[in-house]
Amino acid sequence: MTDRSPVLEAVAAAGTDPRRVLAYAEALTKVHPGGEVRAVDGIDFTLRRGEAFGFLGANGAGKSTTMRMIACVSRPSGGTLRVLGMDPLRDGARIRARIGVVPQDDSLDMELTVEENLLVYGRYFGLGRARARERARELLEFAQLVEKSDTKVSALSGGMRRRLTIARSLVNDPEILLLDEPTTGLDPQARHVLWDRLFRLKQQGVTLVLTTHYMDEAEQLCDHLVVMDHGRIVAEGSPRELIERHSSPEVLELRFAPGAQQEMAHRLEDIDVADRTEVLPDRVLLYTADGDAALAAVHDRSVQPVATLVRRATLEDVFLTLTGRSLTD
Amino acid sequence: MSPLAWREFSYWMRHYRRTWRGTVVISVANPLLFLTAMGVGLGRLVGPGSAPLHGTPYLQYLAPGLLAAASMQTAFVEAGRPVLTAVRPQGSYRAAVATPLEPRDVHAGHLLFVAFRLLTSASAFVAVLFCFDGFHTPRTLLLVPAALLTGLAFAAPIAAWAVGLDGPTPLMSLLRFVLMPLYMFSGTFFTIGQLPAALRVLARLTPLWHGVDLCRGLAEGTATAGSVLLHTTYLAALAGAGLVAGRRAYTRRLHG
Repeated sequence: MTDRSPVLEAVAAAGTDPRRVLAYAEALTKVHPGGEVRAVDGIDFTLRRGEAFGFLGANGAGKSTTMRMIACVSRPSGGTLRVLGMDPLRDGARIRARIGVVPQDDSLDMELTVEENLLVYGRYFGLGRARARERARELLEFAQLVEKSDTKVSALSGGMRRRLTIARSLVNDPEILLLDEPTTGLDPQARHVLWDRLFRLKQQGVTLVLTTHYMDEAEQLCDHLVVMDHGRIVAEGSPRELIERHSSPEVLELRFAPGAQQEMAHRLEDIDVADRTEVLPDRVLLYTADGDAALAAVHDRSVQPVATLVRRATLEDVFLTLTGRSLTD
Repeated sequence: MSPLAWREFSYWMRHYRRTWRGTVVISVANPLLFLTAMGVGLGRLVGPGSAPLHGTPYLQYLAPGLLAAASMQTAFVEAGRPVLTAVRPQGSYRAAVATPLEPRDVHAGHLLFVAFRLLTSASAFVAVLFCFDGFHTPRTLLLVPAALLTGLAFAAPIAAWAVGLDGPTPLMSLLRFVLMPLYMFSGTFFTIGQLPAALRVLARLTPLWHGVDLCRGLAEGTATAGSVLLHTTYLAALAGAGLVAGRRAYTRRLHG
């Protein structure tokens, strides 16, 4: 093979050693049966051991479909996918034996107790009775659910259920943990408890792959991000790199009295301290190297915002720049 | 069948340990109420002198047919809603296929559990039958495998169909427009000889009639090798077709 693809080059650079590259995809495509839309449209990525890898995108961007293909519960329609050195089409069961999955919908059994849910799952992976009990005890400890051990799942809060789902996904000591929207629908406190648990896993060397449409989650947890839009990868890198490459360092946010926004935005159109101006339904964003200087320039033009904010650029701005849309529309 | 299917079976058994109380009412108490009300109560009005019964007391005539119909009902209860619930995004099938189990293991394991439910329900029914006159014979035991086969002839196709559904409405339609008419017109309560000729032909084509006639023939000792072979072949073919279709439907839905 003389002309290798970029992904294969990357794999080669990392050493073809499967202990370092845990998964890679090349031109990976998914068209749902009977559908015409490419839910995933020719994406490439490389997942390395020990990293926290994030798929960032709005709903319907193709993140969950990608996760389902990595988890070997959805057959790729085209392209190449290798997970733990194996082909999901041929070795699905062997791959699934070595990964953990936290689905978006918990898929816990509401009628069973917390402990029983773990025991059932241990059985699915072929753990013996004694080993399953031992593992359940360890995991309940990790998920801070020891006192809830005999409680029916239907009586748990959303955050506790999510922690139980994460505990369940660890039953088989997975090499890769796939988390689909791990904190969607949780209150802020429950999210922080969950992030703390995920950090702990990361420190223990578990490779995390997660999808999210929360930029703070992506910034907090991920070393490496791909931004997806309409089934394609539109940018890739660490959170810091993405911000440096696709946004100005600072952002000036302006809010106006209702109705005044159009007129004010018009007055700001050719302002030269801003690299770019973005008019959102509720505010105007000025992308700039120096937020305070931009604010001074705005006041010079006798533009009167009701509220102003100078802040550092975030992944939200990267997403807005790349796709022209806000992440959480 | 892969040994992995037993893991799915053991999940359903554990689930059943939490939920069995409700099923006793549906699959045992209901048929027994029917048996008492219609067999004993109505049976007094329908004397053994009634020509189509050929001298058999009505209770003895009714019970085997009722068992076959109850088996159909258990098949619907176990392979309808539970399959639909398990295949939802938050359902137990989704958890199972994220493990080394394949959709075909999930399918086989769940149907094993349905078979277990059919077997236990039929056994309970038959155990009670021994308390009534006319059933103190080893022949009565043959009703258990016959009822199991009848149930599987419904359960396998229902599971194959239910796994592809997106909501419960079609299940209710199946119950109202297919299973209830079968319950009434497949010879459960009266011989199909009493139906108009056209309906009689139709009734003979339905799976429940084959189940009812098989059970009744075995219980009364009137079954011939030919009739048993015909009925079991028909029912086994239906169950087999349901299993093949189900395996494909599970794979399509769970590994789409």
